[in-house]
Amino acid sequence: MIDQNLSLLLVLIPLLSATVTAVLPSARAAWLLALAVTWTCLLIAAWQLMLVADGSVISYELGGWSPPWGIEYRIDAMNALVALLVSGIAAITLPYALRSVEKEISQHQIPLFYALFQLCLVGLLGIAQTGDVFNLFVFLEISSLSSYALIAMGEQRRALTSAYQYLIMGTIGATFLLIGIGLVYAETGTLNMMDLNQRLNPILNHRTVHTGFAFIVVGIALKLALFPLHLWLPNAYKYAPSAISVFLAATATKVAVYIMLRMVFGVFTDEFVESTPTDHMFLLLGVVGVIMASAAAIYQTDIKRLLAYSSIAQVSYMALGIGLSSVLGVTAALVHVFNHALMKGALFMACGALVYRLGSSRFDHLYGMGKRMPWTFVAIFIAGLSLIGVPGTAGFISKWYFVRAALEQQSWAIALVILLGSLLAVVYVWKIVELLFLRPLPEPDTQVQEAPASLLIPMWVLVIANIYFGINTELTVDIAETAARVLGVGS
Amino acid sequence: MIDYILGHYNYWIVIFLMMSGFYTVISRGNLIKKIAGINIFQTSVFLLYISIGYVTDGTPPIIAKGYSIYANPLPHVLILTAIVVGVSTTALGLALVVRIKDAYGTIEEDEIHDQDHSL
Amino acid sequence: MSDQHLILLAVMLPFAGALGIMLSDRWPNLREAVTLVTAACTGAAVIQLYLRFTDGAQLAIDLAEPIPGLALRFEIEPLGMLFALVASVLWLITSIYAIGYMRGHHEHHQTRFYTLFAIAIGSTLGAAFSGNLLSLFLFYEILTVSTYPLVAHSGTDEARRGARTYIAILLSSSIALLLFAILITYTITGTLEFRHGGILDGKLDPAWAGILYALFLFGVAKAAVMPLHKWLPAAMVAPTPVSALLHAVAVVKAGVFTVMKITIYIFGTDFITQAGASDWLVWFAAGTILLASFVAMTKDNLKLRLAYSTISQLSYVVLGALLATNISLVGGALQITMHAFAKITLFFAAGAILVAAHKTEISEMNGLGRAMPITFGAFLIGSLSIIGLPPFGGMWSKWYLSLGAVDAGQWLLLTVLLVSSLLNIVYLLPVPLRGFFGKNAQGTVTGIREAPWSCLVAMVLTSLACVLLFFYPDPFYELAVSAAGGN
Repeated sequence: MIDQNLSLLLVLIPLLSATVTAVLPSARAAWLLALAVTWTCLLIAAWQLMLVADGSVISYELGGWSPPWGIEYRIDAMNALVALLVSGIAAITLPYALRSVEKEISQHQIPLFYALFQLCLVGLLGIAQTGDVFNLFVFLEISSLSSYALIAMGEQRRALTSAYQYLIMGTIGATFLLIGIGLVYAETGTLNMMDLNQRLNPILNHRTVHTGFAFIVVGIALKLALFPLHLWLPNAYKYAPSAISVFLAATATKVAVYIMLRMVFGVFTDEFVESTPTDHMFLLLGVVGVIMASAAAIYQTDIKRLLAYSSIAQVSYMALGIGLSSVLGVTAALVHVFNHALMKGALFMACGALVYRLGSSRFDHLYGMGKRMPWTFVAIFIAGLSLIGVPGTAGFISKWYFVRAALEQQSWAIALVILLGSLLAVVYVWKIVELLFLRPLPEPDTQVQEAPASLLIPMWVLVIANIYFGINTELTVDIAETAARVLGVGS
Repeated sequence: MIDYILGHYNYWIVIFLMMSGFYTVISRGNLIKKIAGINIFQTSVFLLYISIGYVTDGTPPIIAKGYSIYANPLPHVLILTAIVVGVSTTALGLALVVRIKDAYGTIEEDEIHDQDHSL
Repeated sequence: MSDQHLILLAVMLPFAGALGIMLSDRWPNLREAVTLVTAACTGAAVIQLYLRFTDGAQLAIDLAEPIPGLALRFEIEPLGMLFALVASVLWLITSIYAIGYMRGHHEHHQTRFYTLFAIAIGSTLGAAFSGNLLSLFLFYEILTVSTYPLVAHSGTDEARRGARTYIAILLSSSIALLLFAILITYTITGTLEFRHGGILDGKLDPAWAGILYALFLFGVAKAAVMPLHKWLPAAMVAPTPVSALLHAVAVVKAGVFTVMKITIYIFGTDFITQAGASDWLVWFAAGTILLASFVAMTKDNLKLRLAYSTISQLSYVVLGALLATNISLVGGALQITMHAFAKITLFFAAGAILVAAHKTEISEMNGLGRAMPITFGAFLIGSLSIIGLPPFGGMWSKWYLSLGAVDAGQWLLLTVLLVSSLLNIVYLLPVPLRGFFGKNAQGTVTGIREAPWSCLVAMVLTSLACVLLFFYPDPFYELAVSAAGGN
């Protein structure tokens, strides 16, 4: 019985819990409830993945109304993987958040913080699970609104302006998505993704459909932080509280990549995409994004901003995968969705540990700290190697598939851009390594200690996951490939 | 030709509102005016949905004796949801503006920018 | 013990040792003992593997499969066996040397040093035993990354800059060129296995073979073919045991070993000769041999001179690979062995001079040999082996490489080899000659004693090996011949 309701429970439990959390009197109680909920979600998501890993599909009808009239939650391998990723990251962020949040946010606001966190989780999980485009819009806005509020809770006043800027840009993006959905609905009369796919088929050459598609793509591209719609990201990641930087960096843009894949290939089909300039646009913007964002990262003087620009570059890789529009390309993009979440999660956690002990993530406050905080430093080193794509780490697997996808289509230029991105990553990762490890400690030596265990352990779980998924790729590659085929990609 | 333009008047209104709203967001430096612009932008989308939901000779979608053609209820429902989303966004945006005013003493974008970058 | 487990043991022992070293941080004597015991056991395991291998055992094991269709695979073949023997034997000797050096020089962070050393050797053995190009690439990169902190060890600004050059060149070339070449190979052939006769024959248009080979050759910057050689002199900021084992034996040999493996098992000698893939690349190798020797002559800093000498000597192996005849391949493989023993002797001596006499510039070493006869004697033996004179092992590699050049009809290359021997004399012999016969004006020779005894032991062992290898090169010779696919 539970089996059939799993998909809904995944969204319902955190939703109900969020309302309870908001009124809890103590910070600890709020944390405990949030912890329990995120771990439950993780278990449910894992169970769900096991049910669909062989290529089967779960279809859940909300309210008993059958699709296409009712809202349908349609879970296949791709959704389940993304849902697992989001709940996994949430589950690992909660133990980390205990001490990190207590230091950065005032006591009476902490229950509200955890309530917002769970709402954000609801939004992201809902996006992953739903099979209805309007439902998608609603969940997208739920996750976005809670993100704006969470970012605004950062310590510095620039968190407020960053959140405001993100709000303006994000709302415009979501409204674009809404316009696109409206136009497509006007042409087909349905909001169910599977049904849309079928009904759009004979009318794909209509101008309205093209316009709707354009609005949808642009709207999602803003959430994806695809160049040039990335301007909100650096400030948002930098000024957010550390735990939120971890959570958002590892999930928000990844879910947006998933939804882009679902809409572009699942609803509109790859033949349509290839008949428009969309795939070339993704390739072009991806290339520019990789190069410009990596170059921007090199010139930063603050670790959090550096990692934010690096995230923009990594998402541009995923855009390249979408643009290549083949099974290998989509596989690469999905594998990187998973792997990048692991890498960036670990890096932002380490960064948060530095902020916890030193109060700042600026380079000039961090000289030589690697010697005082060796565990944090080694975590940054290994996650950095994964970002570069050194073999033995998850990042290498992503790079492998990306270059193979490019070579398969004889795109030498794209392959070289991907490798160039790795080289630029070497430069900015090594900047951090040298700064922490090889610079002399400041005088007078302030006797900084290593980060507390509750920050280190989640960090190292992610670091070890990076290495594990670099060697055993059954979960990521097999499922990504299954998902790519299910999407019907590949000419 | 004239018939075509007049017949699609709903779309012209939508376009006008959409562009005014968008322009307001971009060009105005006052944070509250930006939020107002977003509201106008979103309203244009609401109008888009509702106007395309109209069925010729249809009545409001409430089942009653004697009526057989109803306007499409689904866009109405969708827009109600979208309005709620819009309201929440506006509320959150305005709350942020209040906090920004406390922190910076101003709600003009360029003054805030100067304060941030003069450090 | 089963064959598979023995291979795993040989590769995993150094890593396990690294863990043990880290845990014995507080007790230096225990820590040193862990290093020595691990090195000895690893050496024993590798020798045991060698004995089974020559008996005809097929030794292979598959570990995980990170990419569907490509496993992490260990498989022993003659060239890898040769490399593993050299690396593991020399690890033990270098450990003995390092203990004397690190203590005599009062170095800090010694635990970090020994730990990373062990990891680097583990990756070297992993590379030696790799059964496909993916595994080889994996261990090649682990080697780069684990040696970076060793190069930056002293933490000074100079070390930082040197280490930066080191990692920049090695990582950039391996990602932009080597990985690219590997992916192209995989896309064309669908496999990355090492097979006799190569995997590219019939799959690749011969016109492109040269470009692909160039990507591989420059991608393997550890082989230090010019212009990607700068990392080697930059790495001389490292403590001398690091320079000795890693940059005379492990890292650089991993480079030329990779080049040879790719030549023999990915391209196949027939394919290369038919496609004329290496016709223009031999000139890069030949140029490196000569140019590096010329630069060596201008360097007064002993370690830098030895670094450029290494660059020159490495291109001997590359030349052997590029000529792609059976005899030249034998020569190249033998050079791996002979150069390793000779160069490590030279570096041991350089380190001993630094620790005992605090001298780094050759012009200050007049008369030092009279106070440090064993050190300079070892240096003399190492030099003569590099120059290629009998009765030292280096003669054999020169001999076979020259025969290979003749066999391929490349008279100009033969001349390059002979000229290079002359240049070796010019830049190597002055050091021991000054040491023994030079006049010392300041009389600073008094008060200088010989190097620490463990340094001396190591030096004597490797010098003896240089002589021994002349009279008894058989184990290595047979492996080389077998690798080259000859009789």
